Amino acid sequence: MSNITLIILGMFLVTYIPRLIPFYMVSGRPLPLKLKLFLEFIPYTALGALLIPGSFTAISGMPMVSVVGLGVAFGLSWKKGGLIAPVIGAITIISIILWLQ
Amino acid sequence: MKLQSKHGIRDGLPIVIGYFPIAMAFGILAKSGGLTIMETLGFSLFVYAGASQFIAVNMIILGSGVGEIVLATLLLNFRHFLMSASLAAKMDNIKGIAKPILGFGVTDEAFSVASFAEGTLSESYLSTLELFAYSSWVLGTGTGFMIGGILPEVLQRSMDIGLYAMFVAILVPELKKTSKALTLALLSGVVNSVFYYIFNWPQGWSIVIAIVLVSLIGVFIYGQESSDQEVASHE
Repeated sequence: MSNITLIILGMFLVTYIPRLIPFYMVSGRPLPLKLKLFLEFIPYTALGALLIPGSFTAISGMPMVSVVGLGVAFGLSWKKGGLIAPVIGAITIISIILWLQ
Repeated sequence: MKLQSKHGIRDGLPIVIGYFPIAMAFGILAKSGGLTIMETLGFSLFVYAGASQFIAVNMIILGSGVGEIVLATLLLNFRHFLMSASLAAKMDNIKGIAKPILGFGVTDEAFSVASFAEGTLSESYLSTLELFAYSSWVLGTGTGFMIGGILPEVLQRSMDIGLYAMFVAILVPELKKTSKALTLALLSGVVNSVFYYIFNWPQGWSIVIAIVLVSLIGVFIYGQESSDQEVASHE
């Protein structure tokens, strides 16, 4: 087995097992209220940690440009909702800014 | 409303748009690093782990060992354990055969979209959403390897904002609904930044600790209030 195949196999195991196990441990079981709440809060805290600080360096070396893109996404989402318009809007604005430079 | 496959297609589309250019960049990087097409596709087909794939290829180029690369991957992707647990808790009676499939498709993006989708999660919804995202990742990888950069450089660079813009757009409707969303998300971002910038923890760990710590704080702050509601709703 080549080194690369070994790396793929190892990475497959360490990425798959952690995302698989909870489906056997948690699903369909009655959970204590506190644990249920904890799991319900994860989407908020995960999004927070995924966005901050990572999103400020989305466009590498240009934090202000990244912030403008995020602001556009925020504005479009606030006014119109949905996911597509904010995604396309942010990409468009940043393309224009980068193209003008 | 119970979410169905067609909703999975609708909600998967922004992920498809976000993944494709990033997967292309991965294909291009892997090719320039000397990987074959089969090895490159192997990463996206079997590992399916975004940033970890980039890091792995960079480490291969630098000559890092297998153990080192696998350990870095475990660290960076361990947050998916928490995300899977949160998703699984929302779904009742998942069929035995569906579990390995639904589990494989859990990514930051599929998790975020599914968690805040309006309606009851179902196997068909989540599996469709995940399949769409996965296909985009694999096809984008192949495209990047075979034809390289087809997008103008400015556009390719701009598309790096795509998934972050999607995360923002997922969060905004929640911010309108409840102050909890803003408090928890902001606090988690601050904690993550402190661990990452001040303590210099690897990003994988800082995210995991921020999620666990702030979700626990959430239980502490809001726990009493919801057990009161629970009591009230039984009265």
